[in-house]
Amino acid sequence: MPYKIVSEECTNCAACETECPNDAINEKKSMFRIDGALCSECIGYFDEPQCIAVCPIPDCIVIDEKLPRYAA
Amino acid sequence: MPPKVIPIFAPQAAQTSGCGAKGGSGKSSCGSSAAPGDMSPEVWAKVKDHPCYSEQAHHHFARMHIAVAPACNIQCNYCNRKYDCANESRPGVVSEKLTPEMAAKKVLAVAAEIPQLSVVGIAGPGDALANPQKTFHTFNLIQQAAPDIKLCLSTNGLALPDHVQAIADLNVDHVTITINMLDPEVGELIYPWIFYNHKRWTGRDAAKILTERQMLGLEMLTAKGILVKVNSVMIPGVNDRHLAEVNKAVKSRGAFLHNIMPLISDPAHGTHYGLTGQRGPAPQELKALQDSCEGGMNLMRHCRQCRADAVGLLGEDRGAEFTSDKIAAMDIAYDPKPRQAYRSYVERERRDQEAARASELAAMAGQAGGDKVLVAVTTKGGSRINEHFGHASEFQIYELSGAGAKFVGHRKVEHYCQGGWGEEEILEDVTAAIKDCAAVFVSRIGLCPRKDLAAAGIEAVDAYAHEYIESSLIAWFRQRLEKDQPVAATAA
Ligand code: SF4
Ligand code: SF4
Repeated sequence: MPYKIVSEECTNCAACETECPNDAINEKKSMFRIDGALCSECIGYFDEPQCIAVCPIPDCIVIDEKLPRYAA
Repeated sequence: MPPKVIPIFAPQAAQTSGCGAKGGSGKSSCGSSAAPGDMSPEVWAKVKDHPCYSEQAHHHFARMHIAVAPACNIQCNYCNRKYDCANESRPGVVSEKLTPEMAAKKVLAVAAEIPQLSVVGIAGPGDALANPQKTFHTFNLIQQAAPDIKLCLSTNGLALPDHVQAIADLNVDHVTITINMLDPEVGELIYPWIFYNHKRWTGRDAAKILTERQMLGLEMLTAKGILVKVNSVMIPGVNDRHLAEVNKAVKSRGAFLHNIMPLISDPAHGTHYGLTGQRGPAPQELKALQDSCEGGMNLMRHCRQCRADAVGLLGEDRGAEFTSDKIAAMDIAYDPKPRQAYRSYVERERRDQEAARASELAAMAGQAGGDKVLVAVTTKGGSRINEHFGHASEFQIYELSGAGAKFVGHRKVEHYCQGGWGEEEILEDVTAAIKDCAAVFVSRIGLCPRKDLAAAGIEAVDAYAHEYIESSLIAWFRQRLEKDQPVAATAA
């Protein structure tokens, strides 16, 4: 659940969208958003969150403090 | 706004003359496939209409980049993808993202407007193969909509081995790979990270993986007969000494062309290199490296480092005429006839030019000795001296010697004619840009700039206005030799 995209930082490059194993990332009205209900922090799939690993902008994808951490 | 290229399109000239035409070198050959120099006819057939692959073609043909590939899988220190500034003109930068459907329509719109269009490429703004679905879907649509247009793509090579088959299936016959190093110790200074196999890799590991994938991809492409151009960015103090080794490695793996480009570095671009003060090479440094790599392989010297959405002949960008709004409002039908007519016209022009060049060269035979001289030319395209000095935004530089006229590069300048203000300063910059040239060939030039150039030792020549570049340069060089005038500047 816990990742979110800081939209002021995002370049809309869409790199993260294709890497997400849960299809949690989508573009709506030229803004990329992570669906908190779908994001599993990549746990169970990969060693590191794919969206963060591929995103060209540092600190563009961060923990969403408002949501509880994902528990497998 | 760059100056518009006036199409030198002459439909009445578009009659195909069949086989049996004399090739320029005096050898009898079959018209269109007459390959210059040591290029095989098969290779010439692939590159002759491609402005980015053939120095010869870049005078006549236009290319277009479509920006359908925003994502990238590596980070380079010379790239900052965050800002999109309309005033910028460099690779990796684009004004507007396109869907594959919009892109295909844009291709049709441009093709209808510019008969010189021969190639459509996907070069970014990210990496064409980091967006394989978008890239290949777009190519499919274009191939259906306009089958006479050639397709090409540019990639950093990381994902390349996975897509070689798809590239071959789509008849993409040109691929460009950017290869800046082989040595991981050099690579870690250029690439902060790569994303590969679901993992972010840094340092030498990243560089090592990237090199392995690039070499594998290059070998797979050349094994399929696909022409590969290798781009390298020359970064002084980082990879400048290393690029000769890169040149050998890509040559031995069958790359067709090596394009060594200067690093573009400016703090305002916000790139790592820009912000840390890494400088780009001086034109003389670049030329020295290019000269040392020449031999056994074509080296490209006419690259203009266009934007990822550039439209037009190399050196011009008409992208602003084809924005999404404008295209959406257009009603476009596919009609390859003007392009076919234009291509036939170019074939004829080329034969004429080659014949003129060969006869001038024959007339000069034996006279030049070891003399060499650099000259500058202003042109709007078509291999003719057809631009007013004051309107030139770049100069093409040729080296004249007993071997003829060799294109060695281009120098960009600000337009001298700005409408009154600041002209003196600009003229000084222009003069500095071509200070190593003995003459500048123009279609016209004003009295004042002519005097100022003469004061700097540069002769302004307008006697060959609107004539072919190469034959004119050789004729001028020959006359100089005959007068036995010592040449004012010698080639570096
Ligand atoms: S952390 Fe993984 S699951 Fe969550 S949005 Fe990013 S890629 Fe998708
Ligand atoms: S990878 Fe980063 S910059 Fe690109 S769309 Fe996703 S969040 Fe935005």
